[in-house]
Amino acid sequence: MGNVLITASGLGVIRNGRQILQQADLTLEAGKIVTLIGPNGAGKTTLVRAVLGLIKVDEGKIEKTPDLRIGYMPQKLHIDVSLPLTVARFLALGGKVRADLNEILQLTGITALVGQPMQSLSGGETQRVLLARALLRDPQLLVLDEPVQGVDVTGQSALYALINEIRNRRQCGVLLVSHDLHLVMATTDTVVCLNQHVCCQGHPEQVTNDPAYLALFGESNGNAPSPQVAIYTHHHDHQHDTHGNVIQPAKSKLIHRHGSGCGDNCEHHHHG
Amino acid sequence: MVDFLLLALLAGLAVALVAGPLGAFAVWRRMAYFGDTLAHSALLGVTFGLLLDINLNLAIALGCLLLALILVGLQHNRFLATDTLLGILSHSTLALGLVCVSVFSENRIDLLAYLFGDILAVSQGDVISIWLIAFAVLAALVWLWRPLLAITVHEELAQVEGVPVVKVRTALMILMALVIAIAMKVVGVLLITALLIIPAAASRRLTRTPEQMAFVASLLGSLAVISGLAASYFWDSPAGPAIVLSATLLFCLTLFKRQHD
Repeated sequence: MGNVLITASGLGVIRNGRQILQQADLTLEAGKIVTLIGPNGAGKTTLVRAVLGLIKVDEGKIEKTPDLRIGYMPQKLHIDVSLPLTVARFLALGGKVRADLNEILQLTGITALVGQPMQSLSGGETQRVLLARALLRDPQLLVLDEPVQGVDVTGQSALYALINEIRNRRQCGVLLVSHDLHLVMATTDTVVCLNQHVCCQGHPEQVTNDPAYLALFGESNGNAPSPQVAIYTHHHDHQHDTHGNVIQPAKSKLIHRHGSGCGDNCEHHHHG
Repeated sequence: MVDFLLLALLAGLAVALVAGPLGAFAVWRRMAYFGDTLAHSALLGVTFGLLLDINLNLAIALGCLLLALILVGLQHNRFLATDTLLGILSHSTLALGLVCVSVFSENRIDLLAYLFGDILAVSQGDVISIWLIAFAVLAALVWLWRPLLAITVHEELAQVEGVPVVKVRTALMILMALVIAIAMKVVGVLLITALLIIPAAASRRLTRTPEQMAFVASLLGSLAVISGLAASYFWDSPAGPAIVLSATLLFCLTLFKRQHD
């Protein structure tokens, strides 16, 4: 085990009488990338918000390294057009700058954008500006909520490569939320599949010639030395019935306890 | 210059000065309706002030503060959209205020003065208390400027970065309540939001940073106060509405400016 930054154990969140997170465990370590996947409504964002301390959990506990510096890249950013705000001012709003500004600007490729109004940026540019603001805190932990959404495939690879480079250089922990159930960042150390509870977790498989990868990204990308995307194969030890209840396999013992957490949209349990 | 006109000018300028930056936040955070709600509750403050026989300015400020805090609490566990909630509170407090004023005050007060302002009747004591409050609010705004901007851009990001979001948001509401209390004398409860929103909106097209926008909004607000009072003096138009119309005129003029970005 490396340097553990956050240990969350047995987290449960109940909102309006509905259990949206149940018995969820998560460990984040320095220098490791954890990717969180799961269908819509699986509680990914809830888990991230709990880890960030933005919401109170109803069950379980979260242990954090004291004075942990977290760099957070939110899923969406909406700034009212009435607010005149340049990229430079937006970056300065993050508070005390602990990293070299020029270095971060170059790393995220936004040097040319600093004088632009925030509202004029494209989706990909906004993501990189948000990443830069997170990095300026010289974070020990980076939390990225769907960083590649709205970014094209090339931009996606570039962003994944950048996140990996940041991890290698700064040895920070990374928690990444992905909307894709099967394709994850290649250098991910652990994939956690969530559907109210942790359904399964493990290491993604490296793919260079996997037909599923090629079908999605085409041969033209094959000349890249190392693809930035990998396939994650789910190894569930349980299935869900139509009501979402966990069906116990006849002989095997369940490793963890389940309630009736999984919704009907849990459609990914046929793999592995 | 006539004495009462000088006092009116001094009071109006203080309000315009502080309404600039606060109005900018109202525009950026889409708080126009919130401002209306606070302003309407001020009338209720007047009633309580009369009933309890305490200083009316103090009663108005306390009434606004109380409502601001109730709103903060309601927004925490909401089951209705914010604009619905504000709509209910805004018009109920206004209606309640109107009823209470007419039932309890026995014609001791001039309702129109509270609805549309009575800037030409401010006393020396009023001017002093208005300036004191304006200075206090300005100082607080300078002190809280960066956290206020940070939560305006993205509340959760700000919270992760260590900004005490709930405290800062509550502080903004309190400042808003204070300014409404002093602006009531100038333009009355029905037009306060206009004094906050219009100069800030007019300033948007002329500026490129948040600070410039706040500063220019103060300038435009002051200009509106001066020209509104002038119109009132020369043409005998009601002062509060004249000030608001002057601000609207300035806003319309800025629409002719070509946008640079």
